[in-house]
Amino acid sequence: MKTIEPLIFEKSVPGRRGYSLPKLDVPSQDVAALLPANQIRRKEPELPEVSEVEVVRHYTRLSQLNHGVDIGLYPLGSCTMKYNPKINEDVARLPGFAHIHPYQPEEISQGALQLMYEMEQYLAEIAGMDRVTLQPAAGAHGEFTGIMIIRAYHEHRGAKKTKVIVPDSAHGTNPATASMCGYQVVEVKSDERGGVDLEELKKVLDDQVAALMLTNPNTLGLFDENIHRIAQMVHEAGGLLYYDGANANATLGIARPGDMGFDVVHFNLHKTFGTPHGGGGPGSGPVGVKKDLIPFLPVPVVEFDGQKYWLNYDLPLSIGKVRSFYGNFGVVVKAYAYIRAHGGEGLRQVSEDAVLNANYVMRRLQKYYELPYDRTCKHEFVITSRWQKAKTGVKTLDIAKRLLDYGFHPPTIYFPLIVEEVLMIEPTETESRQTLDHFIEVMIQIAKEAEEDPEKVKTAPHTTVVGRLDETLAARKPNLRWKKQ
Amino acid sequence: MNYLPNTPEDRQEMLKAIGVSSVEELFRDLPEEVRLRRPLNLPNGLSELELARLMQGLAEKNGDLNHFTSFLGAGVYDRFIPSVVDHILSRAEFYTAYTPYQPEISQGVLQSIYEYQTMICELTGMDVSNASMYDGASALAEAGLMCATSTGRKKLVVSRLVHPEYRRVVATYARGVDLEIVEVGMRAGLTDLEDLKNKVDERTAGVLIQNPNFLGHLETVEEIEKITHGRGALFVVAADPISLGLLAAPGDYGADIVAGDGQSLGNPISFGGPHLGFLAVRERLVRRMPGRIVGATVDNRGQRGFVLTLTAREQHIRRERATSNICSNQALNALAATVYLSLLGKAGLKDVASQSLQKAHYAYAALERVEGFQPAFRAPFFQEFAIRTPVEPARVNEELLKHRIIGGYDLGRDYPELKNHLLLAFTEKRTKEEIDHLVARLEGML
Repeated sequence: MKTIEPLIFEKSVPGRRGYSLPKLDVPSQDVAALLPANQIRRKEPELPEVSEVEVVRHYTRLSQLNHGVDIGLYPLGSCTMKYNPKINEDVARLPGFAHIHPYQPEEISQGALQLMYEMEQYLAEIAGMDRVTLQPAAGAHGEFTGIMIIRAYHEHRGAKKTKVIVPDSAHGTNPATASMCGYQVVEVKSDERGGVDLEELKKVLDDQVAALMLTNPNTLGLFDENIHRIAQMVHEAGGLLYYDGANANATLGIARPGDMGFDVVHFNLHKTFGTPHGGGGPGSGPVGVKKDLIPFLPVPVVEFDGQKYWLNYDLPLSIGKVRSFYGNFGVVVKAYAYIRAHGGEGLRQVSEDAVLNANYVMRRLQKYYELPYDRTCKHEFVITSRWQKAKTGVKTLDIAKRLLDYGFHPPTIYFPLIVEEVLMIEPTETESRQTLDHFIEVMIQIAKEAEEDPEKVKTAPHTTVVGRLDETLAARKPNLRWKKQ
Repeated sequence: MNYLPNTPEDRQEMLKAIGVSSVEELFRDLPEEVRLRRPLNLPNGLSELELARLMQGLAEKNGDLNHFTSFLGAGVYDRFIPSVVDHILSRAEFYTAYTPYQPEISQGVLQSIYEYQTMICELTGMDVSNASMYDGASALAEAGLMCATSTGRKKLVVSRLVHPEYRRVVATYARGVDLEIVEVGMRAGLTDLEDLKNKVDERTAGVLIQNPNFLGHLETVEEIEKITHGRGALFVVAADPISLGLLAAPGDYGADIVAGDGQSLGNPISFGGPHLGFLAVRERLVRRMPGRIVGATVDNRGQRGFVLTLTAREQHIRRERATSNICSNQALNALAATVYLSLLGKAGLKDVASQSLQKAHYAYAALERVEGFQPAFRAPFFQEFAIRTPVEPARVNEELLKHRIIGGYDLGRDYPELKNHLLLAFTEKRTKEEIDHLVARLEGML
């Protein structure tokens, strides 16, 4: 029986410890003689005092209060919660990757630099781009890097532009990124087919537009068929096209952002290339660019002179750095292994199966939940609970919570913002037909429960260790840390 | 090798259920001009055994810290990581989860972050910590942005003794929102107070320093605090979390925001990442803070539980008006830090800090006797210090490498006035024998 777990601080007993070091092997000097008095700590930090076994049990129990991909389906839309291959965990822990210093001499870092160099080339090929940086630590960080590159490009050409366009279906990171890069955000509406409304786009395009940020397939899971026309319009106005790679799992080896007309691309290695999400990170958000934008990449870039790999800091027009060192190298190692395991054919099969799985679930659910865009979807799709809400008052949140009782992680809910009571479902390619069938049956069952016993759904979850949590209280009276009584 | 469960028969059945005859039909909405009508030009896929061999081969081309003795620090440190840390990190319930959007089945990650936030507050002397940032550099950069939004001012004053890479990241973020950056010079290995006084004014949003600074020295923090607050600017300190086992908490000397890199707390160096950045602030700044924050609350059965909170600051709610675009944190690295600090406890952290301090001072004293390689400064330091070198540092490092020693950081890379200076780091892992060996090798070079 799982139960809630006290805080590690509440288990503390003075004098216990879970750690040992060798005895100091150099002569000990008086700390007061080494450090200025005003810099010596007076009050010890209140760290817990616990034994090793208590630490192990505490965090093992906490882990058991968590759902992960290894436990079951995790169809969180736009997050691509696919299976994370175990071998990749092993290889990233090899001492030759895990225990090397970023500043150690290049001659003893050749394997790491080679891996980075090849990874850049693989990603450039997959994206249809000319050069890639691995420095950004996450997707949003990649967006920041990409838009700063675009800004540097325009400024270098003497154009001080002021606006970035994002569709109303965009991830929140897109407008937030544009603001961080000093741009005013202009939202463009989606048309009734879920794509960018070309008439609306025409209205907002002018010579002040630095870029259009687009996810394709978009957050409705729909491929924007007008992408070439959109690219043409943006380019004619003097802007560039930014590809948010959150949904790249739909088109590996099938269509490349570079061929769609995009100038800058980021990938989320933790989504598309199978590295684990870690409970919220670490991710990795490499950015690829077309030739004209290479001079603005962050430094260093990895070069190969035919003999050895080396780090090149000499990019006078570079935007500088967005993160220390070379990014989340350990994540890059796992994604590199993922790409090497699959090869080109394997990656295409990944996308084909991802799209097949999504369409299968969508078609089987459409009798039971409203399908706002009745088109072939890509790797994800949206449905709504509007029918349920109108009839019995059961909302999307309730359906999500009821899914917990059946052992599934719910889909993304209430996003994208342009669809009311929406559920965004991304099954990924690593789920079997049987698992999908089970999920479908449960979704149908919940639709039935919503009619027959709506209270049961509205008060879900019933089987989890904690029930619905009071988020209003959490925000109104913030309790953000434990304090010693 | 792939990880796809569906067989050709499964696919056929599914296509039938969808009502199409081939997978190709599912891609018919893609215009022909964007289709890639050739295979991706990538190496062929590998079996697991082939992959393991390939990766092993690449890894072995690198000289790792199990086979070399390293005196490199400069922001990341070769520290001892107890076995328990990686065993906990390897729990798939933690590492195959995502951001805890559904708190009922994410209490493990949420509670561990709440514990992490508490520990960071305790170490830094701050009121609130977020759930972690990408790294120390971006944490400091976001701290700089916070200074601007909370004061309404547009100028950041940054000590040149802040890590050079951090300064470059701060500069990139500052350029994004058109903040001015003014750098303050050094004097005798410390931030030059006269220069600081001249540069901090009524337009200054924040003063950013690192303590111990990039040269390892302890800054004159009380004076810096007075100058900063005297002009109404915010005081931002980039701190080394291990040093805080021994050194005063920045909160005790008046910092408003504390940022830093948490690699030292149980995370392998890993060629520079993934690590975590930490960011902690005074209570009044919490609503300006970027990133995830976890709070305690109660559930509908009256039990304590944890949720992501104060989300109105964040990009998924606030979009272009968010405090930052940051979405993910470095949850697994923050978990490593939490487990590490739980194992260490009060005594362990103090021990790690003290041993680093003692070993560095032992080495300092030994090098004072080595003509040509003597320590360059007299300022108090924690675990790193600079030495002068009689020849180019690269040549010294080359020579040391022959003896399986990874030498120091060439300070001339970033500070023209410190040409022919090496920065050496000493952690609890370095033994007396290794330090004596380093000293002997340097002596032998003359």
